[in-house]
Amino acid sequence: MTKTDAYFIRSSDQVPQRSLFKRYPVPHNFGVSPGSRIERGRTWRAPANATRTKAFEVYRYDPDGGKNPRLDTFEVDLDACGPMVLNALIWIKNNVDPTLTFRRSCREGICGSCAMNMDGTNWLACTRYIDETDTPAKIYPLANMKIIKDLVPDLTHVLAQYEMIEPWLQTKTPTPGRERLQAPEDRDKLDGYYECILCFCCTSGCPSHWWNGDRFLGPAALLQAWRWLIDSRDEATGERLDGLEDPFRLYRCHTILNCTRTCPKGLNPGKAIAEIKKMIVDRRS
Amino acid sequence: MGSRKHERPLSPNIQIYRPQLTSVLSIANRITGVVLTGCGFILVIWLVAAASGPDAYSQFQRIVGSWPGLLLLLAATFAFFLHLCGGIRHLIWDSVRAFELKQIYASGWTVVAASLVLTLLSWVVGMIIAGQN
Repeated sequence: MTKTDAYFIRSSDQVPQRSLFKRYPVPHNFGVSPGSRIERGRTWRAPANATRTKAFEVYRYDPDGGKNPRLDTFEVDLDACGPMVLNALIWIKNNVDPTLTFRRSCREGICGSCAMNMDGTNWLACTRYIDETDTPAKIYPLANMKIIKDLVPDLTHVLAQYEMIEPWLQTKTPTPGRERLQAPEDRDKLDGYYECILCFCCTSGCPSHWWNGDRFLGPAALLQAWRWLIDSRDEATGERLDGLEDPFRLYRCHTILNCTRTCPKGLNPGKAIAEIKKMIVDRRS
Repeated sequence: MGSRKHERPLSPNIQIYRPQLTSVLSIANRITGVVLTGCGFILVIWLVAAASGPDAYSQFQRIVGSWPGLLLLLAATFAFFLHLCGGIRHLIWDSVRAFELKQIYASGWTVVAASLVLTLLSWVVGMIIAGQN
């Protein structure tokens, strides 16, 4: 990838540019409550026989110690470890610090468990190459989440927001004796929306959700809302729009589009939200 | 649960999230909006000065014509065009067009380039007109 390519993004799997500024020029504890402030942790040296090593700065938080979060540095033996960031985390857990806690399951980008913030953007640790990370690689949990332990965020709130859009088929007509049929072209309308794996990279990367996450539903839930609005079999479109037409739930989206930039599945939550806004305008006329 | 000493910390957001064209242009649109609101007041002061008579007007012109004044005027011109172009980009989005990521980046860099060119152009035209008088 050439340097200009890094500034002209064509798909969300392009890693962020490495030059220019890596974070906003705000103080490190800007708006951070005392209990969330990150302290310097310890450094874990690589094994003496390791020849090719790389440092990983990892956010740690132990709920039992009563202490603040800290940033530990781990030197990883790249020759003993697989190619992905998730491999590095597993190597650390197996060889250095077994208390390092993170979610993982499928290791192939389909379960969404290992979503985290790497070098300042959200992505899945299992589909991010170690080669594509900064040195040291900076590994944080998903941004703007209550942290249960280390890299494990509490998803209760964002899942409740997902539940709020009622992500199931709603019908009024009598239940037919067989499945509800859908024309192939109606099925095609769901493409790009049904594939969401609920990793919440988008919602966690949305500045509007950072500031108004208590009432703004966020891109993940709203993408799903659109997926049910355009399902030809669903018969609750009006009620669904009524539930969304609210200054905060939907309209706190200011089309920043960090969501579309970060989606590990290449989906387009920003477009889905614009479609919902347009549908609300269209039904008035 | 009851024995937990510490409330769950919030993971960092703005403190670590990488600036990208998407979020940078969004915050730039807001900042330029605020700047232009301030410029509205300066415009009113300019009109009041013109209405108050030649002394007040020439004093205003002297302040704006000084180096810091001209520099601020240049920044205001850029803010105006950035906000204008950004607003047009949002209008296009409101009709659910140009939402593919490569279009988002193409339109974003176009907004930056167009604002720079338009700022330069308006100053060149302004200087030529000022030179003729």
